[in-house]
Amino acid sequence: MGWIGESVESIRSLQIRHLLTQIVSLGMIVTSALIIWKGLMCITGSESPVVVVLSGSMEPGFKRGDILFLHMSKDPIRAGEIVVFHVDGREIPIVHRVIKVHERQDTGEVDILTKGDNNFGDDRLLYAHGQLWLQQHHIMGRAVGFLPYVGWVTIIMTEKPIIKYLLIGALGLLVITSKE
Amino acid sequence: MHSFGYRANALVTFAVTILAAMCSLASLSDNFNVPTPTADVKVLNINWFQKQPNGNDEVSLTLNISVDLSSMFTWNTKQVFVFVAAEYETPQNALNQVSLWDGIIPSKEHAKFWIHTTNKYRFIDQGSNLRGKDFNLTLHWHVMPKTGKMFADKIVKSGYHLPEEYR
Repeated sequence: MGWIGESVESIRSLQIRHLLTQIVSLGMIVTSALIIWKGLMCITGSESPVVVVLSGSMEPGFKRGDILFLHMSKDPIRAGEIVVFHVDGREIPIVHRVIKVHERQDTGEVDILTKGDNNFGDDRLLYAHGQLWLQQHHIMGRAVGFLPYVGWVTIIMTEKPIIKYLLIGALGLLVITSKE
Repeated sequence: MHSFGYRANALVTFAVTILAAMCSLASLSDNFNVPTPTADVKVLNINWFQKQPNGNDEVSLTLNISVDLSSMFTWNTKQVFVFVAAEYETPQNALNQVSLWDGIIPSKEHAKFWIHTTNKYRFIDQGSNLRGKDFNLTLHWHVMPKTGKMFADKIVKSGYHLPEEYR
């Protein structure tokens, strides 16, 4: 009877090891994604190096679902640049073009006015109540690169959470059941 | 080993790699294009020039803009955004950039044109410094690619002068 118990024991330990390996490899995938994201944050100097265009206000240049690569250098903001900015009281950042810049002589502070290429008026209606200009601290980054369509993945996932859970579930299942 | 999932994974990975490589090559190929843009901006008339009740100077101009940006277009160019900005210095501000007019050029065929227009955006100073002010008119362009890196540059036209008195 001893050898049966021994073999059961060996199978059980094998399964536990297998399970542990799978958990570790899953953790590696998650952490390497995190490392890439944080690394990009360091290189670009922007708190979100990649943004997805959510509205049509910059059409036909940027359509909904396109992605933009941001860079936040020390260079001052100038008219014509496409910047991503936060408005107090709004959660979602906005991607629009700078049309007016006033830079102070002594402090170097800037007043910035933006506008979407596809909008009729400037952005003062989008800013916080009574706000006439954006300052440097509102700016999250300026757009330097462009890739079409890729952002649809995140748009679909945020708007249809079921697809997100299905995808995560399927991937998790795949990782846990895979033999290699 | 050679299951359906394994093959599908290999296929998708390969396709995405090739697509990424082609996008980067398309973007890099833009660097071989040496553009030779030409531009001329004239101020035809000062329509009116006044001080707003809040103390800021505002001026209305009529501009004649003629540009040829057709050399900007490559096979990776989606559109060129072009705008004219007034740039000047005041005692308070080291730099003022006020966009006066802008437009989107959708294709190479539309990249050579002239336009006769009043300023599309209001030319308002922060303060009352515009009387007798010298300013530059700069024509900026912003090349938006089908994929990859965006380019921008400008042509500066100097020697514009605002009147000494409101009118």
